Amino acid sequence: MQTATQSHQGVITGQAQVAFRNFNFYYGEFLALKNINFEMEKQKVTAFIGPSGCGKSTLLRTINRMYDLYPNQRAEGEILLNNQNLLDPKVDVTSLRARVGMVFQKPTPFPMSIFDNIAFGVGLHEKLSRADMEERVHWALVKAALWPEVKDKLNQSGMSLSGGQQQRLCIARGIAVKPEVLLLDEPTSALDPISTSRIEELVIELKNDFTIVIVTHNMQQAARISDYTAYMYLGELIEYGVTDELFLRPKKKETEDYITGRFG
Amino acid sequence: MNTEAIDMNSRQADTAPPIRKPVSQVGAKIFGGISMLFAVLALMLLAGIIVALTVESWPSIKAFGPGFIFSSEWNPPAERFGALIPIYGTIVSSIIALVIAVPVSFGIALFLTELSPLWLRRPLGTAVELLAAVPSIVFGMWGLLVFAPIFGEYIQPALAATLGQLPFIGTLFSGPTMGIGLLCAGIILAIMIIPYIASVMRDVFEVTPAMLKESGYGLGCTTWEVMWRIVLPYTKNGVVGGIMLGLGRALGETMAVTFVIGNTNFLSTASLFAPGNSITSALANEFAEAERGLHTSALMELGLILFVITLIVLILSKLLLLRLSANEGR
Repeated sequence: MQTATQSHQGVITGQAQVAFRNFNFYYGEFLALKNINFEMEKQKVTAFIGPSGCGKSTLLRTINRMYDLYPNQRAEGEILLNNQNLLDPKVDVTSLRARVGMVFQKPTPFPMSIFDNIAFGVGLHEKLSRADMEERVHWALVKAALWPEVKDKLNQSGMSLSGGQQQRLCIARGIAVKPEVLLLDEPTSALDPISTSRIEELVIELKNDFTIVIVTHNMQQAARISDYTAYMYLGELIEYGVTDELFLRPKKKETEDYITGRFG
Repeated sequence: MNTEAIDMNSRQADTAPPIRKPVSQVGAKIFGGISMLFAVLALMLLAGIIVALTVESWPSIKAFGPGFIFSSEWNPPAERFGALIPIYGTIVSSIIALVIAVPVSFGIALFLTELSPLWLRRPLGTAVELLAAVPSIVFGMWGLLVFAPIFGEYIQPALAATLGQLPFIGTLFSGPTMGIGLLCAGIILAIMIIPYIASVMRDVFEVTPAMLKESGYGLGCTTWEVMWRIVLPYTKNGVVGGIMLGLGRALGETMAVTFVIGNTNFLSTASLFAPGNSITSALANEFAEAERGLHTSALMELGLILFVITLIVLILSKLLLLRLSANEGR
């Protein structure tokens, strides 16, 4: 990675995993993200914060090209994943999504057993023997801190679990594919406080293996679990930096107004 | 914003008088009573139909016993009646209709919800729904005058030359190619039930949460994998319901089938090209001329049997759903 972190907000010290370069995003004619330039560090947690409609979820959903599903959405510029531009039309979206996992605002277990919920995604990309698959499912459930609760009911429906367990199942499903990056789109917004804190502990644990990007409405959550924070407003990246710095000594007036609760 | 809302509430509670006075419960009781009456009425109608059918067909049940179902003889002058041919025709034509209509409807629904460009969705969806509005007698006339000749001239010989050459199922596609027959009736039925099954499937696919589909895509699924492995299991109740709606229509359809099934009570081969009869066609064709007595009673028993077949289909679909839920874990 010879392009050092000279871009105006991208102040990371380690190796960059995901980098945005002159990135614009459109919903039809509407410019939703304006000239985004920054880098996210490998095996760190990066949080996107900002008021509703600021574009933080939109930005997250570009990293696995989820917007491809919708005909009137398009992106300009570059998103580099390990120096490979993933907006290149030659990039195969299905294998990209094996490298970039995603977890959503609400738990979305598939209508199948707990075991199959995890084996399903793995099976799309790898042909594993039954024993290897069992080992992988076990690994993912342990990683997602769900194994003790479900080890005796792997054949039951994923929908029979509680909300917090379902969300950890979705995280297990995402990491079972062994992605490089894990995208979390407000993963705790539908959960109770206890489930929320379990997910937060889990995120801190998981950054040893994955690069994590999390969108959150909850500034305390960003402060608790992230290493870097990006503050966005009206489709622009206002400020980006080490989380503690950004919360304690914001450089921009807008950031300060937001984190002190003066608006938003 | 939240605190503001709370402020307003508390202010209202302090000063404003309650807007509504306590309401008498009489209206609610009357409304509840009336709606219960309507629900019970449906139940009573059902019971009444079952009783009437059983009473009317009693002479026939007494005369032929269970043999009625297994006998293929239908001889009004000799007053000997057996229902095997119409039962066979009803079931076989409906199965053919389902075998064709279910995959086609799934394809239509998949295209309309996931693949179609936005501008094409409405016209296509409307076209499918309009197909359901075509009167069945029009399908019958079209089947007899337009489809059956083409079918007998070109399609049946082609089927006989291809599928007809296969072992086992070959016999189903052999024999004289006359156009009208069980296969022709099944195809016409398929065209008639496709709009029902397709629009129910489309509706249930559309209410599948976008986030669930995105979860599938997010794992690297193709559209097919998302539809087949996630959306279809998620919507299985609605899909089976739609298929049952179509099957119910296929079993009960009269006019269109009567035109193209051949209306004969002889069946000597297993070939689907052969003409046959269905329960509904037999009823439609013979009721006007039937003498009071055993002939009418036998026709009534046919009606009762159709009713029972429909009931069995309904029960089987419930069992199928239970089986499917067991497969995905409880």
